[in-house]
Amino acid sequence: MKTVSSIALALVAFALLAGARPGVAQAATDCLSCHADAGMQDGSGHSVSVDAQKFHSSIHGSLKCGDCHTAIKDYPHPDRATPVKCDSCHAGEAAGLIGSVHGDGAEHPCTSCHGDAHSIFPKEDPRSAVYPLNVPRTCSSCHGDEGMAKKHGLVSVYPLYIDSIHGFALSKEGLLVAANCQSCHGSHHILSHKDPQSRTYKANIPKTCGSCHAGITADYEGGVHGKAVAKGHLDAPVCSDCHTAHAILQPTEAAFRTQSTPICGSCHKEKFSTYRDTFHSQLGALGGYVETARCWDCHGAHDVLPASDPRSPIAPANLVATCGRCHAGANVSFVQYQPHANARNRKLNPALYFIRLFMNLLLASVLTFFVIHTVLWLIRSRYDQIKRRPAEGGKNA
Amino acid sequence: MPDLEPAADGSPNGSPNGSREQSRAGGRYFMRFTRAQRYLHAVLFTTFLGLAGTGLPLRFSQSYWARRFASGVGGFGAILFFHKFCAVVLTLAFLYHVKDIFTRGLIHREKGIFWGSTSMMGNWKDVKDLFGHLRWFVGLGPKPQFERYAYWEKFDYWAVFWGMIVIGFSGYAMWFAPFFARFLPGWALNAVLVIHSEEGLLAILFIFSIHFVNTHLRPDSFPMDMVIFTGVESEEEFETKRPEEYARLAGQGKLEARISEKPAIWLVNFSRVAGFTAILIGLVLLVLTLSAYFRE
Repeated sequence: MKTVSSIALALVAFALLAGARPGVAQAATDCLSCHADAGMQDGSGHSVSVDAQKFHSSIHGSLKCGDCHTAIKDYPHPDRATPVKCDSCHAGEAAGLIGSVHGDGAEHPCTSCHGDAHSIFPKEDPRSAVYPLNVPRTCSSCHGDEGMAKKHGLVSVYPLYIDSIHGFALSKEGLLVAANCQSCHGSHHILSHKDPQSRTYKANIPKTCGSCHAGITADYEGGVHGKAVAKGHLDAPVCSDCHTAHAILQPTEAAFRTQSTPICGSCHKEKFSTYRDTFHSQLGALGGYVETARCWDCHGAHDVLPASDPRSPIAPANLVATCGRCHAGANVSFVQYQPHANARNRKLNPALYFIRLFMNLLLASVLTFFVIHTVLWLIRSRYDQIKRRPAEGGKNA
Repeated sequence: MPDLEPAADGSPNGSPNGSREQSRAGGRYFMRFTRAQRYLHAVLFTTFLGLAGTGLPLRFSQSYWARRFASGVGGFGAILFFHKFCAVVLTLAFLYHVKDIFTRGLIHREKGIFWGSTSMMGNWKDVKDLFGHLRWFVGLGPKPQFERYAYWEKFDYWAVFWGMIVIGFSGYAMWFAPFFARFLPGWALNAVLVIHSEEGLLAILFIFSIHFVNTHLRPDSFPMDMVIFTGVESEEEFETKRPEEYARLAGQGKLEARISEKPAIWLVNFSRVAGFTAILIGLVLLVLTLSAYFRE
């Protein structure tokens, strides 16, 4: 009823205005005489109301309705309006969307990210859905939803991101420079990480992260991993292999220190196994004492270099300084300690091999002798006891 | 170990000896261990359990139970702290014992410390007893007549003595690695961990299986030999277990001096609780060790 009465009202108003400028129904005020009604709906129940105040303060506030709703020229207009084509103005952005993961316009209309078309603000405006601090929340409307993520075989990444060091900086501290979704993925031309053109394709990740972390990326590119990736050896790790993509932790955090050694170990299996034999690993296997040496404490984290490189922290000349960072008083003899010694390998560590062999033989022979000794003794004592005191069932004195 | 030096009143518990007549009436009791010896054993087994209980999780730090235990007490750093604490206490007890032995043997010229039938030193009789015992096991000879310390008891003593030096030295070498590196080569720092963990494993496996059974769980002592806790044993037990010592003391007329009162009921009960707790902890650790060792 309300709709009908407002239409009637609008008709009266329109008749007056139309008399002055027939056939040109473009001024916002003309349309708003009907569409300002907050309860106005179209035939299928969708709201067709426009908040005049919000619209006028929005970036499109200076436009006329007909600039976007080009199909509507006269009143009365058809019940069903043709869809607005944003690309008639935003051609560059639209071109970017083509071929991107969000390229299907029916499933991903511009408004799914930018919000209601009548209240779009510039991305520098805190009211904008794509203002840096709002981007994660905007993306999370799809990518924080298990159901949505599952439908497309994606991980629900928002919870991972928002608890990460980036998410924390953004949500708790409001840092505009903190990486949000589009800092890494881009905005319109988002490609799958499998696409070599993608900013999140493995080979491109150092460059993507380096757009903020320039110093670390320079270190990384000088190290063995960075050089290998640059040569196209994509088995070598990039930033996200060690730091993860979304759930990035502060590297000094206990959780990161305990979770990351196995990551290095997933490639360096032999080194990981020998590391696990050492006190460094045994003592630091859990939280509570995480300061024991991890891979990168000795090898460096980003600019990993072989021991043969004089700049490497594990180059012989640098060992006293490297070990001395934790072990005050480390001397030349101390640093001969082998943090990856393998007592099972006779060729690599003969002294250790024979010490272990001797200790194992000692252990085995002592136990073997005494187990036999004890078992025989048990049998004989019990036999003797029963024979001596059969009436009491062989009980003790 | 030398002959005993009983407390002034002849009682191991230091209580008045008015009940000596009574205890003689209900079967005589003889003193075997002085209070100091029993305390030494108590310190030894509590710190050993502590060291085993904290050393094993470190040794098998990747095993499920070690991680559960470590996270329960605040991480492996906390475990290491307790390990070091027990180690220091045990080291002090060991040093005290060595000092005691040398003071008594060298300064007070006490007889039977370094040699003789009451000494911990191995002798020809121990060799004969070992083979005699083995023959007796299979029914080929009579049971040997044991003196104050039988050969397996001397083995226990020297195994602990040797273990203490080896495990202690290697442990302190890890604890103060930069200091030890001043006079040890670098590879020795690798070796000490191997030695420490293998010798520790041997000690744990030996004590929690062989020592437990030989001393406490064998039929003659089952379920527990209380003498290390109460200090005294009954005349029958004394005569059966150590006939040669009994005969020697009787022959020398020294038997009477060793008579002691029956242990107080609270002491027996307390000893049972402490002893069974220790054995239980030991057996649990034994099972965990074996499971982790064979899964490795």
